[in-house]
Amino acid sequence: MAEIRNYTLNFGPQHPAAHGVLRLVLEMDGEVIQRADPHVGLLHRGTEKLAEHKPYNHSIPYMDRLDYVSMMCNEHGYVGTIEKLLSVEVPERAQYIRVLFDEITRILNHLMWLGAHALDVGAMTVFLYAFREREDLMDCYEAVSGARLHAAYYRVGGVYRDLPEQMPRYEMSHLGSEKEMKYRNQAREGSLLDFIEDFTERFPGYVDEYETLLTDNRIWKQRLVDIGVVTPERARQLGFTGPMIRGSGIAWDLRKKQPYAAYDKVDFDIPIGSNGDSYDRYLVRIEEMRQSNRIMKQCVDWLKNNPGPVMVGDYKVAPPPREKMKDDMEALIHHFKLFSEGYSIPESEAYFAVEAPKGEFGCYIIADGANKPYRLKIRAPGFAHMAAMDEMTKGHMLADVVAVIGTMDVVFGEIDR
Amino acid sequence: MDFLIGLYDSLPVAIQIILKIVVIMGPLMVLVAYYTYAERKVIGYMQVRIGPNRVGPKGWGQPIADAVKLMFKEIVLPTHADKTLFLIAPLLSIGPALAAWAVFPFDTGLVLADINAGLLYLLAMTSIGVYGVIIAGWASNSKYAFLGAIRCAAQIVSYEIAMGFALVGVLVVAGSLNLGQIVEGQSGGFWNWYWLPLLPLFVIYFISGVAETNRAPFDVAEGESEIVAGFHVDYSGMAFAVFFLAEYANMILISALTALMFLGGWLSPFQGTFMESWFAWVPGIIWLVAKTFVFMFLFLWFRATFPRYRYDQIMRLGWKIFIPITIVWIVVAGAMQVYDIGPWYQ
Repeated sequence: MAEIRNYTLNFGPQHPAAHGVLRLVLEMDGEVIQRADPHVGLLHRGTEKLAEHKPYNHSIPYMDRLDYVSMMCNEHGYVGTIEKLLSVEVPERAQYIRVLFDEITRILNHLMWLGAHALDVGAMTVFLYAFREREDLMDCYEAVSGARLHAAYYRVGGVYRDLPEQMPRYEMSHLGSEKEMKYRNQAREGSLLDFIEDFTERFPGYVDEYETLLTDNRIWKQRLVDIGVVTPERARQLGFTGPMIRGSGIAWDLRKKQPYAAYDKVDFDIPIGSNGDSYDRYLVRIEEMRQSNRIMKQCVDWLKNNPGPVMVGDYKVAPPPREKMKDDMEALIHHFKLFSEGYSIPESEAYFAVEAPKGEFGCYIIADGANKPYRLKIRAPGFAHMAAMDEMTKGHMLADVVAVIGTMDVVFGEIDR
Repeated sequence: MDFLIGLYDSLPVAIQIILKIVVIMGPLMVLVAYYTYAERKVIGYMQVRIGPNRVGPKGWGQPIADAVKLMFKEIVLPTHADKTLFLIAPLLSIGPALAAWAVFPFDTGLVLADINAGLLYLLAMTSIGVYGVIIAGWASNSKYAFLGAIRCAAQIVSYEIAMGFALVGVLVVAGSLNLGQIVEGQSGGFWNWYWLPLLPLFVIYFISGVAETNRAPFDVAEGESEIVAGFHVDYSGMAFAVFFLAEYANMILISALTALMFLGGWLSPFQGTFMESWFAWVPGIIWLVAKTFVFMFLFLWFRATFPRYRYDQIMRLGWKIFIPITIVWIVVAGAMQVYDIGPWYQ
């Protein structure tokens, strides 16, 4: 009798479901996966090494490029670590702005995840619905930082500048009509905060729309229920964080467990799953979007009533205002020193983590007294999740691999760094 | 007019048949081309976007631009592919999709080949299309294409059974294999069409048809996000375009057949009501086309709405749900036939 061998299938890195550059070597018995071997590193850009050669402030834009769908959360992790090393006290308004934009980022990320996950499982339409809402949130990014993706908005000591008084509006072009412009500018008459407030009122309805298409859809359930089950014990052992561990039923959330910024002053719940399958993780993320919306609403209310500085007054870490530089020699020197040499951190080390949309994102910095880090270690949540690929897909079929990749919410910018 | 008819009659029979084929194929090909345009537009609007609107007025030139692009693209032959089979496969795929129209009646007597075993011929033609897919997947010599071909073969063969049983139900009620007579058997208005007595078979036939044409949510053979494009992953240019044409021609065929066998074909829905005379001027073919369009729209709607089934779930649905239901309903239909229940069995 001839010997029967499993065959290997090279899944990716050029594959529509590889979410970038994942390469999986699958050992298959027919359609059933016997072994899944993820190969990472195809998007390695040496972020950690690059950071060792630049002043601290110069690495903030690199953080945007790690997990490129949750930009500001990465920045938060990095500037948070430096603030911890320098013991900088961030103004309260800046902390609320950070919470607001962390939650905007969370919704951005979860919308991207929802769209991509649904597309992987075959439901096209959700993707485009999700992008419609992402567009509004991107506009918020653009309004505060000038960039839609790589914002570099969080700075050590606060945020780059206060929220704009006027939300940018669409301008008339030869393509659009007067009526259309009016419709598109409806929510943009006031300030950015008005725009966000309007969004928080619309958003729960949008989430209902996605849920109508997916949550009770029999095919959707057949494809997700009992796929990629992770028990709470295993989730802990594998170092899962974020929605991946909450889907397994452990209420672990850094925003509650070790509150940072203004998270101890806002009110929200942590959703958890019960079975630890892909469907639970789907429900957890959907509920997280609703909770983020709730947090955003509270932040908007607070920010509307509490003006104040958004940057520390210590000119060793934050640039002095323009007007001051015109007639104050010391301010001019501070400005020059900050933008050429930067600031030095005395010999010390610190780790600071935030609850990024994908899980715990943390930076560990060893400072040796110079103006650049001696070593920067980035703890990316996706990397730990990726390690569970084999365990989560074993015994499932080829189509389930795609669902599992989707449910992990992998982004290779942060995994390969 | 008389002159033209005289000219036509004077032609040899073979030429006459070729003329008829052209008259059927021409509009069909145009319909296929604009079905792709309609798909992109309809799904576009369902997904809050606009769809193609650049080529020509309102984007109407889009299908032509697509066709021209595909024609001028190189057909890449993979190094390890079996060249002959690789090129024959698309032809094997489109051949049956077009040949099936030979027995399709568009109105009373308006049919290319009025054969008595029309239904059997159709069943044969729709199942033969699977060879094109299998050969394409095999000849490409690629693991992805091969997986797609295997999935497709298994799926089409399973759904063929459910589809065949659904047609047996029609056969039982109509008492004829001739498609023209099947339609005539449904005369008498909306409530006399076979969709009502054969409701489960009607639904199963159409869903099996969706599965048979490898369309969402049963598109595991192409499985965009799993096996990239499945059996035609290595095809490009015209070779790919032929597969594409075959898929859309098959969708139109399934829609038209569903309209023919369950919704009274070219019969007016107002037959037997007071409105019958108001719509007497509408030619039968308009009704047929309108009914066909309803199902063609459903194909697009499914694609925009549903996630994709997993391969084993498709199999379970076919074997454990559809086939038992069809078998039971054939017995029910037979019993109704024997005991003269309902207005359909005189």
